[in-house]
Amino acid sequence: MTLNKKSIGPFIALVLIFLLGVFVNEAFLSSGNLANILARSSFIGIVAIGATFVITAGGIDLSVGSMAAFISGCMIMLMNVLFQSINSIIIVICIAVLASITMGLLAGLINGLLTTKAKIEAFIVTLGTMGIYRSLVTFMADGGTLSLSFTINDVYSSVYYGDFLGIPYPVWVFLGLAVMAYILMNKTIFGRHLFAVGSSEKVSLYSAIDTEKIKILAFMIQGFCVSIATIIYVPRLGSASGQTGVLWELEAIAAVIIGGTALKGGYGRVWGTVAGALILTLIGNILNLTDMVSNYLNGAVQGLIIIAAVVIQQKNGEQVKS
Amino acid sequence: MKPKMKIGARFRRVFAISFLSLVLHAPSFAQTLGVSVPAATHGWAGGLNFHAEKTKSRLESQYPELKIILATASNASEQANDLEDLLTIHQIDALVILPFESAALTGPVRNVKRSGVFVTVVDRGLTDPSIRDFYVAGNNNQMGRVSANYIKGRLDENGKIVILRGMPTVIDEQRFEGFMSVIADTGIEVLDSQYANWNRDDGFTVMQDFLSRFPKIDAVWAQDDDIAIGVIQAVRQARRQDELFVVGGGGMKDIIRRVKGGDKLTPVDVLYPPGMISTAMELTTIKLLADAPIEGEYILSSPLITEQNADDYYFPDSPF
Repeated sequence: MTLNKKSIGPFIALVLIFLLGVFVNEAFLSSGNLANILARSSFIGIVAIGATFVITAGGIDLSVGSMAAFISGCMIMLMNVLFQSINSIIIVICIAVLASITMGLLAGLINGLLTTKAKIEAFIVTLGTMGIYRSLVTFMADGGTLSLSFTINDVYSSVYYGDFLGIPYPVWVFLGLAVMAYILMNKTIFGRHLFAVGSSEKVSLYSAIDTEKIKILAFMIQGFCVSIATIIYVPRLGSASGQTGVLWELEAIAAVIIGGTALKGGYGRVWGTVAGALILTLIGNILNLTDMVSNYLNGAVQGLIIIAAVVIQQKNGEQVKS
Repeated sequence: MKPKMKIGARFRRVFAISFLSLVLHAPSFAQTLGVSVPAATHGWAGGLNFHAEKTKSRLESQYPELKIILATASNASEQANDLEDLLTIHQIDALVILPFESAALTGPVRNVKRSGVFVTVVDRGLTDPSIRDFYVAGNNNQMGRVSANYIKGRLDENGKIVILRGMPTVIDEQRFEGFMSVIADTGIEVLDSQYANWNRDDGFTVMQDFLSRFPKIDAVWAQDDDIAIGVIQAVRQARRQDELFVVGGGGMKDIIRRVKGGDKLTPVDVLYPPGMISTAMELTTIKLLADAPIEGEYILSSPLITEQNADDYYFPDSPF
């Protein structure tokens, strides 16, 4: 029970920022704007759900933004090539989606193997893969932008712009993934092992937990999440470049921490991460809806709100404890 | 004592190798031109690298006695290192440089200049303009004014617009000032301006928010083609393409293609050509080989690209 009360912190912060939005501009509450916010937050949100697993296991993944850019680039190139020989656009898209998931899982596996089997610090491994994926996508695009053929994107774009019951598809994906992640983290043996490995790797090892397997799986879940984010990102603008996904890793980590997951590992909250991702997107949206803040100070306001959100989140945690 | 000797030996070896390579390579080329540009980290810089490569191979096949060394750097300190290498290893006779940052590279370029190298600066000026022998640049202020004049004309000096700016830098500031100076005394109202960081994703989100905030927008000044692509998607999503038009900037092939096709949403574009690196390389080569007087400044204008003249600015092979 106390656990549930403790995790309410990020939601209080979310509600406060939401109220700020209502106060700043009445257009904030328009259904179009709310749908935009939700759809937009789904990229960082989905990536951050994966990051919740890696961070809970005591690791960190800095490569997610570059990985997203690289996978986007590969998907676009693959679809453009396949379209020359396969007539059905739907089949082309399905193959690209499968390829994307495979690549995400593989990229996660590589990060995981390097941290566990080669025993290199996750920070260094993923810093390395981050640089590799980023320059690979720049290379593939010749320094420019990879664009999806218009005919394919006409069909594929409905994945981002379409909706079911008035709610955009990306939001449904985000929600579905969050439910699955919550169950995996809180209702399964794997989840318990994940918490154990994150709080003390040694003790877990002595308790006959396969710590290496748990860590590799956490990185693979992260890779899977990145590929899902990519699958709904590509149809938005139908392009990828060296600038795609820049700083996603920091936004994802920020969302995880705002959500109440411990950066040192051992404790994770999926719904907190969802709230964290929404908070980050809301801040950007609210700043665009007002001219009260000088453009030059946007970053400062963002920083202040993030810190305030964490303070609110932790204050609430403490009150319940005492 | 021991480690000192080791270092000495290594120095001697490096010296010997570079001396050897000098002896081996120097005589075969009469002149060496060093070109230092930022790496292709975004669309415009990608175009820059494309044109630099193309010009390099063209010039080298045209003038067998010319050797061109192209160095790309992903930040200012890397570029300063490149300059040292160009000078000491390649012994360049002339340098064409697009500085990453004006202030940080002023000192390193001055060092190159002191060794008697002819220096051509491209686009971003150095803090001390007396260092350069020749300057090739676009005109950011004019780019802003040309865009503003078009919008002013289309809107009959009356209407509501939004502006998506680049990043807080000198380039962006000059464009913005040029633009505002033209619309200052008109009835055109700037509803708001926000930074979109010269990329498509931010162009998309900032425009989405402008669209939900302002029920009526007559024109959008995106001042960059990458931002414009994001803007176009956001406008389409909101199904408001009939109410407004978008003016980008740069000369990206995707936008030029739209202009060429008479797209109502992007009726024009304003040139800020990454090909200016070719201008600089060609003219510096003339200086080296023909010793024709190349001095002062060469400022490329920013013409308005319309449906009629779009063909002249369309490079389908360029990544930009």
